[in-house]
Amino acid sequence: MTARLVLGAAVVGVALAPLVAPTYHVLLMLPFMAYAVVLLGLNLLFGYAGLLSFGHALFIGIGAYAGAFLTGPLKVRSLEVILLAAGGLGALVAAPVAALCVRYVKIYFGMLTLAFGMVFYTFVLKFYRLTGGDEGLPFLRPALLGWSLEAMPKTDYLVGPYYYYSLAVLSVAALCMWRIVHSPFGLCLKTIRDNPAKAESLGIDVTRYRWLAFMLSAVYAAVGGALLGPPTGNVDPTLLYWTHSGNIVFMTLLGGFASFFGPVLGAFVFIYLQNWVMSVVPYWRLVFGAILAAIVIFAPGGLMGLAARRRRPMRVSGA
Amino acid sequence: MQKIFNLACGSFYALGAYVGVSAVSWYTSAGGPAALFVLPLALAGLAVGAIGFVVERGLLRFVYDRDEAFQLLLTFAVVLMMEDAIRLTWGTSPQSTSALYLTYGQVRVLGATAPVYNLIVIAASLVIALLIGGLLTRTTFGRIIRAAADNREMVEALGVDLRRVYARVFTLGTALGTLGGALVIPATAAMSEMGIELIVEAFAVVVIGGLGSMRGAFVGALVVGVLRAIAISVYPELEMLLIYFIVIAVLVLRPRGLFGGAAA
Repeated sequence: MTARLVLGAAVVGVALAPLVAPTYHVLLMLPFMAYAVVLLGLNLLFGYAGLLSFGHALFIGIGAYAGAFLTGPLKVRSLEVILLAAGGLGALVAAPVAALCVRYVKIYFGMLTLAFGMVFYTFVLKFYRLTGGDEGLPFLRPALLGWSLEAMPKTDYLVGPYYYYSLAVLSVAALCMWRIVHSPFGLCLKTIRDNPAKAESLGIDVTRYRWLAFMLSAVYAAVGGALLGPPTGNVDPTLLYWTHSGNIVFMTLLGGFASFFGPVLGAFVFIYLQNWVMSVVPYWRLVFGAILAAIVIFAPGGLMGLAARRRRPMRVSGA
Repeated sequence: MQKIFNLACGSFYALGAYVGVSAVSWYTSAGGPAALFVLPLALAGLAVGAIGFVVERGLLRFVYDRDEAFQLLLTFAVVLMMEDAIRLTWGTSPQSTSALYLTYGQVRVLGATAPVYNLIVIAASLVIALLIGGLLTRTTFGRIIRAAADNREMVEALGVDLRRVYARVFTLGTALGTLGGALVIPATAAMSEMGIELIVEAFAVVVIGGLGSMRGAFVGALVVGVLRAIAISVYPELEMLLIYFIVIAVLVLRPRGLFGGAAA
């Protein structure tokens, strides 16, 4: 019951934010919502299927570059088309990558995803004519629901229509993911995570389920990546670098991978905390590294795990 | 050997490089003979390896019994912290001691000109490789390390204090990383990004060679180095791409690497 109240209050708060909060903070909500979509997908793989990917920046990059290509050279401005294309392209790339990666688990899986991520990073960095190399590509302002908003000042566009568009995408993504993890498919994934041998003997095709989870998470990451483009108006190869993959895993762990909304909370806290720390000292990595180490050692359940432990002191947070 | 995939090894390498620069500039300003600059360089590189002991005791030992994902994340935390710690200490501009690079002059080897310093580093790495090989195969300590990699419980049951073994192994690994960073310094400049860039290359080396195989790591390093050199001269765009394709091919075809044991 309390959980529903908190969730309801959070949704209302986010929906009302552009009306009451300062513009600066509203603008910070845009990357939060984009990352939230990415993390919902990443956590299907990590939290529910038990596979830690260190290469999901690859799919964020695919989504973002797909958007940049469509708005630029291909002159497609509809954000609906862009999101669909990003998701489709993410799935297309993920199909072979996932097929190779899910043959391994644990650390080998993480290493293989990292290697694939770096393949695409290098590709984007080196093939200058196609991708703009280290300068990246511009992401032109997309039209929303067929409504071209070229004339609007950039900030008005971002805190107004684009904000609610992102919120709608995030809500739909969250609802779909909620259905996915509570479906028989989601239960099978948890079984596979907890005991692959038993899952296999129960007739679950372990490899196939892992592959599907990877595909879904890649599509989510690509859609989230496409949403990251318009606020900055630019995409560059750092989106694909392995430390970016590390950061999104960090967000997941910060919020708590054992709960559905944990990663979303993690993205929110990460972005605002990073912004605040950077305004105080330029060395945010030092602070965040220490925070990450503390979470890994003392609170592997993340913020959600801490909250749960407070309510029920006996419960062991999931690790 | 410890079955820890250490994302932070690149950061240790960068740290060694920076400390190396500082040590050498301190040495030259103190008026030491230029011909012996390698000594303070190597000593500084080895000494700063003590950071490995701090990291192992202070952080890693808490997660040995947890999922490997957490070990990976913990080393990622070290990467983040080290990168900014280096910026905080040495600033953001690259540091170098390039003036000393050609102190030993150049020689002609097989028709090509090579700085003598490069030959010294090659000789040093061969000696280190032999020493590590000897340590692992000829000494009691080495036997314990290899046994622990195979079966931790059994080794502990036989009365070995694995905590001390792990602390030593990790410190040794770190010291080798920082030494490597220090030795490369006369030839290039130290940059705060060099750590996170090196890790990917080091990872390629280890995967190609096979996890937990010292011989493999050596061969892997040779393969990566030679292939990069060939790719740069033939088709520069493919340089790193080629390495990753080989890594993926090795992981897919021979997940244990070219020299990995049958049951690592």
